[in-house]
Amino acid sequence: MFLGLYNYWIVVLLMMIGFYIVIAHGNLIKKLVGLTIFQTSVFIFYITVGMVERGSAPILAEGISDYSNPLPHVLILTAIVVGIATTALGLALAVRIKEAYGCVEEDEIQKQDLLNEDNS
Amino acid sequence: MVIAIAIVRTRDLLAVVMLTGIYGLLSASFFVVLDAVDVAFTEASVGAGISGLLMLTAITMTGRKEQSGRHKPFLALFVVLVTGGMLIYGTLDMPYFGAVDAPVHMHVAPRYIHDSMQEVGVPNIVTAVLGSYRAFDTLGEVAVIFTAGIGVLSLLALPRRSKQAKSDEATVEQMHERHMVLRIVSKALIPFILLFALYVQFHGDFGPGGGFQAGVIFAAAIILYTMLFGLDTAKRVFNQGLIRLLAAIGLLLYACVGVVSMLNGANFLDYDVLAEDPVAGQHLGILLIELGVGITVTSVMLIIFFSFAGRRQAQQKTAEHNGTEQQGEQDVSRTL
Repeated sequence: MFLGLYNYWIVVLLMMIGFYIVIAHGNLIKKLVGLTIFQTSVFIFYITVGMVERGSAPILAEGISDYSNPLPHVLILTAIVVGIATTALGLALAVRIKEAYGCVEEDEIQKQDLLNEDNS
Repeated sequence: MVIAIAIVRTRDLLAVVMLTGIYGLLSASFFVVLDAVDVAFTEASVGAGISGLLMLTAITMTGRKEQSGRHKPFLALFVVLVTGGMLIYGTLDMPYFGAVDAPVHMHVAPRYIHDSMQEVGVPNIVTAVLGSYRAFDTLGEVAVIFTAGIGVLSLLALPRRSKQAKSDEATVEQMHERHMVLRIVSKALIPFILLFALYVQFHGDFGPGGGFQAGVIFAAAIILYTMLFGLDTAKRVFNQGLIRLLAAIGLLLYACVGVVSMLNGANFLDYDVLAEDPVAGQHLGILLIELGVGITVTSVMLIIFFSFAGRRQAQQKTAEHNGTEQQGEQDVSRTL
């Protein structure tokens, strides 16, 4: 009976894997990878929602009457490109942090911050 | 999903990036299975191509190894499991996968599917919705991409230097000699990649494709050229200032189409008034804004790539200057 929901569960699992990486790992690059996984799981969720059984890709053609919902496709299509642009921004920040602190590990950055506060 | 778990476990960031590429390609094929061809197209070119490349460039600058476990995974695991459990509980009320009568398919989707041919006259419904019904959304998204490009530029831009150091030149030349076959084959391929990008751009009305995908593919061809012939050559070929100008021009073109339709007495981005016949006007409008999207996406991707690569090169030069660079890291970055 619950088999019809399996796709959502895959999405939730992927999402949780991404979430786990983001909160449990200290490396900033790894966090960004986790964020990417999280993002992709949301994409898959939207596309799953838009899917229609026995439907076809939303490109009008002769002899096809059922199409998948085109709206989620549009949203996700643009979201992917926006996602890579923002990920690039995050990577750029990580590069600058590396230059400023000499590392991209969260706890070391905090340690250095604390030291600086104590000194000043 | 197996790959996602592998990503959690692996500490070598290089391997993580490789796995991310595979993950992107897999999700692209998943999108094809779910009938989302346009999305799959984008994910294949972005997730499996550009993003991996950017991450590789970034880890050459930030170091390859992740520090081994000092974090406390149990609290995190607990939080994750509770959230996941709640989400799965939430899905129990969802309509079944692929159900025709799900609420999502009830609201505006039927109008898009049934009327878009008369109203917009474009067989690819995704393009019709993207370019016409939700053009304002798309304008916003292009603006976000443009802003991200500016952000990367401002974070990673280098101070202008008057003289180029020549020390690197010899080694770079040598590397290119070694990859002669690769260089010649790819040089023959690049025009076809560019042609394919143009096809994707202008055929987006009839098949999967459009400005976003075409922009990424176009940028990928130029990035390939850069990887094979070196950053300095590429910077001589592609004028950086021009690329930055083009990023703005694309967005402006998009907005101007909207303003022109306003001047003609319709709403912002209502293309019906651009030509005598509403459908022809829609065609013209979609063509123009997709062109704008394509130009902006291409140039922003190039801006991002060139900023990263330029930064890396500058770092390498200073490191070589200090003579303290470790051999291992250099090897990783050279193979890029």
